[in-house]
Amino acid sequence: MTRKGNVKLLQGNEACVEGALYAGAQFFAGYPITPSTEIAEGMSRLMPQIGGKFIQMEDEIGSIAAVIGASNAGCKSMTATSGPGFSLMQENIGYAYMTETPCVIINVQRGGPSTGLPTKIAQSDIMQARWGTHGDYTAVTLAPSSARECFSETVRAFNLSERFRTPVTVFTDEVLGHMREIMTVPEEGELPVFDRIKPDVPHEWYRHFEITPSFVSPMASFGEGYRYNVSGLTHDQDGFPTAVPSEIKDKLDKLRLKIERYLDEIASFRTEMMDDAHVAVISYGTVARASYQAVRMARDRRIKVGAIQPFTIWPLHEVKLREMLGNCRKVIVAELNMGQLVHEIRRVAPRHTEVFALNRYDGEVMTPHQILDKIREVL
Amino acid sequence: MTNTTIHSDVTHHFLRPKKKFPNVWCAGCGNGIVMGALIRAIDKLGLEKDNVAVISGIGCSSRMPVYLDFNTLHTTHGRALAFATGVKMAKPHMKVIVITGDGDALAIGGNHFIHACRRNIDITAILIDNKIYGMTGGQFAPTTPGGSRATTAPYGNYEKQFDVVKLAIGAGASYVARGTVYHSTQLEKLIAGAIAKRGFAIVDAFSNCHTYYGRMNREGDAVAMIQWFKTHAMPIEAARKLPPEKMKDKFVTGLIHETDATEFCDEYQALVDRLAGKEAGR
Repeated sequence: MTRKGNVKLLQGNEACVEGALYAGAQFFAGYPITPSTEIAEGMSRLMPQIGGKFIQMEDEIGSIAAVIGASNAGCKSMTATSGPGFSLMQENIGYAYMTETPCVIINVQRGGPSTGLPTKIAQSDIMQARWGTHGDYTAVTLAPSSARECFSETVRAFNLSERFRTPVTVFTDEVLGHMREIMTVPEEGELPVFDRIKPDVPHEWYRHFEITPSFVSPMASFGEGYRYNVSGLTHDQDGFPTAVPSEIKDKLDKLRLKIERYLDEIASFRTEMMDDAHVAVISYGTVARASYQAVRMARDRRIKVGAIQPFTIWPLHEVKLREMLGNCRKVIVAELNMGQLVHEIRRVAPRHTEVFALNRYDGEVMTPHQILDKIREVL
Repeated sequence: MTNTTIHSDVTHHFLRPKKKFPNVWCAGCGNGIVMGALIRAIDKLGLEKDNVAVISGIGCSSRMPVYLDFNTLHTTHGRALAFATGVKMAKPHMKVIVITGDGDALAIGGNHFIHACRRNIDITAILIDNKIYGMTGGQFAPTTPGGSRATTAPYGNYEKQFDVVKLAIGAGASYVARGTVYHSTQLEKLIAGAIAKRGFAIVDAFSNCHTYYGRMNREGDAVAMIQWFKTHAMPIEAARKLPPEKMKDKFVTGLIHETDATEFCDEYQALVDRLAGKEAGR
């Protein structure tokens, strides 16, 4: 067990497992799928050791269902998958949004559509993270780019899901999942760990979906005497199905506002050399590593370029992003897909900023030279 | 289990007050009879309400939990058993009961059904079996008899049927029973036996959908359909003594199959204990 700080050589997938345990995960349900399987394997080894629960379900639909069930019964719960499995999970992910059930879903992205490229990298599920399940909701998606960040973003995913009673997705990719890196595992207490807020009212006063001033409702678990109802049907504050227009609107507003109000807390970016930059490279996940290298190479050639890496892809903090872009007249969005986040950047970028897409979708990683070439091209 | 009720007013003890009634079911629907049998069984077993979770999927039957004063989870179509698996593993001391229908459990949820049986996880499934999709307006189900009409089988159903009992036994369930909404006392006993059983238990509860199945197949109103259960049910004890030709238009009721096998959560806990012992002994 590695609850104490120490230096380790870890795969991204293994770092996600370690991060989950650090955050207090007590339940994992999953189904084998490349390239995420090491997460399930790690959980099957470690969960019984710490008295947590592991189950290999009959499919991904069952996995996310069991995760939501366990979360309602009081466990911090998680699953991990890749594209096809993430597609299968969509209906129940919507159920988790609707029922405000905290849970963490890791998607180790591979090429698609369909079975696609099980052993090759892609970032082509970014829009699915935001709009994958039907209906209106606000998604929270985090994107680490190293083993260290796989650890810390998994911890953060648990914290945000518990804090806001919502599913949180962590989007890594095949290369990140399998690449081994040296990292120092944080000491206990080094990273914050958040547990869901419990009700402090008598049982008969409890409302499972109470609209509080923060829009986040305290959450009791099954078996604690509150005996509430949970339903995927649009419901009132007590969890009972409703067709009253004002209650319907209140519910949907709650799902949005409990996230939007706390955007400053949820959004997280890293920037490099943006102070005097005329050109910005925006990228996330594995591509961000190449971007930093490309920026350094460009700086050697006296090109004023900087890099922005959003760790929180959804919701995208538009105001902060515009602030960071400052006087940049040109922005390159580098992604391993045919252009997904770039549309969002185009939407939010200041008027004077020109947005360029740099895409690769042949199952290979983006190289620093590719990005450097693009920087020179747009100058 | 004693045969006496603990609460003199079972209805008001176990049903939720305010806003939930009248229920969504058609007048004469068998679902209410199953719900009555369930709460009486729970009462007789002396279970604490806080310690019971009732989980359902989608369909007419699956609207039941909302009326019941337990920990209730109304989930997605076909997935109730998978959600229930998570609840049960997280809180193994809780009694987990799944209310499902024939379409919910056997079509869209067929995979979860056989795997819940196989794992022998301590969940009680009550399958309200009315041979049709009621909520969506009378489409044929995996249980709709051959030749019967449904809104998606206007010329008669040409598909084969699942036998819930054989399916559950084949997949490894510990307790397999069948009852009907006519035989409500027997149904109550079968449900109580299923809940008391450590392992996966299934009660296939034949019920009437006179609104769709009955109307489309000229089987009459609720009373006529429920009387059909009376005249065509054959208790398992009697059925075993009868030659096959006498069973032709009958169906078997009662506790059809029961075995003792290790339960899933117990197996898992044994593993946790074994690993803890190993570590302590190191």
